[in-house]
Amino acid sequence: MTLAPSTARAALLEQASQRILITDGAFGTEIQNFKLSEADYAGALGLAKDQKGNNDILALTKPEVPESIHRAYFAAGADIAETNTFSANRISQADYAAEHLVREINVESAQLARRVADEFTAKDGCPRFVAGAIGPTNKTLSLSPDVNDPGFREVDWDGMVDVYAEQVHALVEGGADFILIETVFDTLNAKAGIMAVRHVEQALSREIPIMLSMTLTDLSGRNLSGHTVEAFWYAVRHAKPVTIGLNCSFGATQLRPHVKSLSEIADTLIMVYPNAGLPNELGEYDEMPATTAGLVKEWADHGQVNILGGCCGSTPAHIAAMAKAVEGLSPRKLPTPETATRLAGLEPFIMAA
Amino acid sequence: MTNTPSGSRFVNVGERTNVTGSAAFKKLILAGDYTKAVEVARQQVENGAQVIDVNMDEGLLDAVEAMTTYLKLIAAEPDIARVPIMIDSSKWDVIEAGLKCVSGKPIVNSISMKEGEEAFLSQARKCMDYGAAVVVMAFDEKGQADTKERKVEICARAYKLLTDIGFPPEDIIFDPNVFAVATGIEEHDRYGLDFIEATAEIKARCPHVHISGGLSNLSFSFRGNEIVRRAMHSVFLYHAIPAGMDMAIVNAGQLDIYDQIDPVLREACEDVVLNRKPTAGGDLTATERLIDLAESYKGKDVIAEKAAEEWRGWDVVRRLEHALVKGIDAYIVEDTEEARAAIDARGGRPIEVIEGPLMEGMNTVGDLFGSGKMFLPQVVKSARVMKKAVAHLIPYIEAAKQPGAKAKGKIIMATVKGDVHDIGKNIVGVVLQCNGYEVIDLGVMVPWSTILDTAQKEGVDIIGLSGLITPSLDEMVTVAEEMQRAGMTIPLLIGGATTSKVHTALRIDQAYEGAVVHVLDASRAVGVASQLLSDTQAEPFIKATAAEYQHVRDARAGKGASKLLSLEDARLNSYAPDFSEKAPPPEQPGRHVFEDWDLNDLVDCFDWTPFFRAWELAGNWPQILDDEIIGESARSLYADARAMLDKIISEKWLTAKGVAQFWPCARHGDDVVLHPNDDEISVRLPFLRQQVIKSRDRANFCLADFIDPAGDWLGGFAVGIHGIDEHLARFKADNDDYSDILLKALADRFAEAFAERLHQYVRTTLWAYAPGEQLTNEALIREQYRGIRPAPGYPACPDHTLKPILFDLLDATNTAGITLTESQAMLPTSAVSGFYFAHPESQYFGVATIGRDQLEDYAGRRGMDLPVMERWLRPNLD
Repeated sequence: MTLAPSTARAALLEQASQRILITDGAFGTEIQNFKLSEADYAGALGLAKDQKGNNDILALTKPEVPESIHRAYFAAGADIAETNTFSANRISQADYAAEHLVREINVESAQLARRVADEFTAKDGCPRFVAGAIGPTNKTLSLSPDVNDPGFREVDWDGMVDVYAEQVHALVEGGADFILIETVFDTLNAKAGIMAVRHVEQALSREIPIMLSMTLTDLSGRNLSGHTVEAFWYAVRHAKPVTIGLNCSFGATQLRPHVKSLSEIADTLIMVYPNAGLPNELGEYDEMPATTAGLVKEWADHGQVNILGGCCGSTPAHIAAMAKAVEGLSPRKLPTPETATRLAGLEPFIMAA
Repeated sequence: MTNTPSGSRFVNVGERTNVTGSAAFKKLILAGDYTKAVEVARQQVENGAQVIDVNMDEGLLDAVEAMTTYLKLIAAEPDIARVPIMIDSSKWDVIEAGLKCVSGKPIVNSISMKEGEEAFLSQARKCMDYGAAVVVMAFDEKGQADTKERKVEICARAYKLLTDIGFPPEDIIFDPNVFAVATGIEEHDRYGLDFIEATAEIKARCPHVHISGGLSNLSFSFRGNEIVRRAMHSVFLYHAIPAGMDMAIVNAGQLDIYDQIDPVLREACEDVVLNRKPTAGGDLTATERLIDLAESYKGKDVIAEKAAEEWRGWDVVRRLEHALVKGIDAYIVEDTEEARAAIDARGGRPIEVIEGPLMEGMNTVGDLFGSGKMFLPQVVKSARVMKKAVAHLIPYIEAAKQPGAKAKGKIIMATVKGDVHDIGKNIVGVVLQCNGYEVIDLGVMVPWSTILDTAQKEGVDIIGLSGLITPSLDEMVTVAEEMQRAGMTIPLLIGGATTSKVHTALRIDQAYEGAVVHVLDASRAVGVASQLLSDTQAEPFIKATAAEYQHVRDARAGKGASKLLSLEDARLNSYAPDFSEKAPPPEQPGRHVFEDWDLNDLVDCFDWTPFFRAWELAGNWPQILDDEIIGESARSLYADARAMLDKIISEKWLTAKGVAQFWPCARHGDDVVLHPNDDEISVRLPFLRQQVIKSRDRANFCLADFIDPAGDWLGGFAVGIHGIDEHLARFKADNDDYSDILLKALADRFAEAFAERLHQYVRTTLWAYAPGEQLTNEALIREQYRGIRPAPGYPACPDHTLKPILFDLLDATNTAGITLTESQAMLPTSAVSGFYFAHPESQYFGVATIGRDQLEDYAGRRGMDLPVMERWLRPNLD
């Protein structure tokens, strides 16, 4: 029953106690630069549907692409690589008729990220980490897709746990140090993700540290399922995550108040990776690396973050600018909140203990 | 955290969504009426439950199915889902099914060592994996803990087991079992005391845990005797809370205030709960004594009568306080006079009556209201008592030439120019006065110049604006702009049915540099005023509000314009009813005038739900009368309303006048043209079309869609309730805000009922397209009939300026005696007007946001200047 403790958790905490760490940036926009064709995506897999846009499948059909992106981010100064597996789950892959390849995509993606990470560690002896990324899927456990039937759900908890467990298992098998449950728009999906990790931990008899990252859908600081940042933290704190934070949705400017409130209450590392600003009229991100770096540095200056990186629209240049901007700055110190019963609906509720 | 009777930190868990605790809820669930069942949860949260307990343990139910269905439904209601859920079942599979549906961090209620350590720890581990706090019953392999020793022993053992597997101690809530006392069985006598003593001990031995319990067991022996049961519960909590009990599954509305329990009963309850030997009652045991006493508390009337006599014997200061808290005005003048004379006799000043007992009484009222223990109708009644007392004292105060008592602040209240609705404003005024503010009520239709002049002349601290119709929103912006121009800095409060935080943030706050605060309802007014006028809190409060509004503005800016279809495309997606089903021509075309509709007939059609809502009592008629929390308040208000209705009818206070008429017509694009074949008298009624992009196959509706281009009929009506003014003047002279608000609210009900009743008469008799219609009043209220009666200024037809056209067509000023203000509000205030659409597929909808293209097109069709049209339609423009 006892699980073998994760050495990666200890190593990350050790590094994070000394400096602000850097995670990587966007994959989607980087992949676009390769101007890949349908044939590049599809490879020789012979799948029933077009694969263009299925970025995750490149691990099998064009592994040199994700590999070179990982390399570019590590070269830019990243300490952590997030696997290119945001949609590598059975639900999302079904759109590409590739659900039977979920295990392979995740194993390969984790392995190639691991390879590049180890390559960089071998050069300078500084540890690099691989976070196995799991996205929210396009189904939600908390909301009904049918406004006339608010009690309806497209998926159920047990099904969702299975979907996630399959992906988690494969990522860990491929060498991921952590499971990063990211872009959490539905808190209940994230809780199912946590449960999936628990199942895999039992199956493998080893601890798998979790990273959690919420995404806001409005500026008042709630995600799609309606949880405030504080309520979200209380709803997932049982995961004992090695990091908690925010990603995507908005640029650093809009996330500012929410990063501050989260950093005040969470007794674990804070990891934030915002978009490169807000998209312009053409849907493109045009915030310059120096601008993004300047904005995230403010969090560092205020001692609010431990790990920084980028989401949509960010490039290795953004990551390099961030790494430079926060070099030598002290990392955030973990607060020790008073013992209290912290419950949550969509809003937090605290009972003094 | 709510303050309980004892004032400690204590969590009330709402228990009405529990099939084992609420017969009404059980009935709804068994009937599959989940819509109403969801409302039960909403009411609980609205009434202050901090956590809601959901229990579906009923033999006739598939509890797993019921639990998951219900939890998924309330997850879709943000105003319910904001609080944590307590998943309550004696069956683990039901609990686990619930855990799979709850997205926050819930409480599991409950697990125990009943089936041994292994099952207990396995369930506890699962709670940790799902992320839930847990209630642990003091129950082990040998059974439920009864004595103090057993309770402490089991809880300490469970604590050790749980913390050993890493369960966070702060997430443990022990339930050491509340058992029935005063059962006549001697072994039960210590049960209350055992619980209280065990609580203290468990708290000391198990750091960070909480203690909870279900109270209703305690008083089980006194089923049917609510007075005694409530007193027992209150007394129990009074002693258990200081010992460390910090949570209870209880109906907060059913707790008495410890200090207000009849002292004799209280002492008897205390003897039972604490297992003491009674000091009164001869040789009786505590149980015998309480049983003895309980007899005399059976049946509420007896008590009320007894209490009624009793309080008259108290000293005058207590009598004044009692009269204020209970809202009894029968003796207030004589009691006030007695207090004044007494103070006068010892050389004091008449003002001391106000500063002393009266203010103290009102402070009590304010506190009770503020903490949710008293409801609006009671507060307004208390205010009436206060006003009468003050009115009696004023001649003495003036004679003594003493300055009046220093108010907490001076506040102007006004319904803005063009608007005549003032129930909400008056309620807010009363609540503020109850809390020691001086309120200058400028009445209705107040131009900005009067508001500003008065503010400067009187040196007021705050201005409060109210309005009910949409044009008032613009008028409020004007007032704000003028305050800015005048260089004022005092805070501006905004309230009323059409106002919103969003509008306040986007438009009013931008127009005025001083503080602008949207006040959601009367219960918030005092909190806002006191913070604004506090030396220490004003600045942070103003800053926080400004930041909140900035957020609202940012959010709007971030969202950008909502996606609209072009007007052209919206028209392509118009609704196409089947015109072979259209209504036949009216049997009795032309105009029908009703000089004096029978009021008795209208009372039968009353929709009472909005009446209670006007008094901020939320709940559906008639269930509201039995509501556990506000039921008493609602019953008392209803009794007063009925009494006034009797007078209104027998003394003929009011007259219901109305008019209805039908015109041949045809649809021309988005217009309906009346008398299309006669250019001389033809009238064009342009309507607005929805432009918001629709999902699925929904059309972009316009009212014109329901009219056949090949020829059809349209109706119109206006009804008004006359004669209210002389009675209001009488109440005003009598300082009786309560009756004033009551009468206005009833007049509104008459107007609505008249509109409903006239529509029915139109359907069955005048137009007669549904001659055989048989509907209950409930079905009428739910509008389960053919055809609709949309009103200008409401969502389907948001342009108020159609009202003058409708009024001309009906000659409504002469036929129904109704006039329009410059903002197109109707006078008398209690009035309803609108159009009749008879097609069976016609339905209500909201036009919502429209585009510039439609604004320009519509202004052309209406023949109005674009800027003027834009002003009228502003609420529908992005």
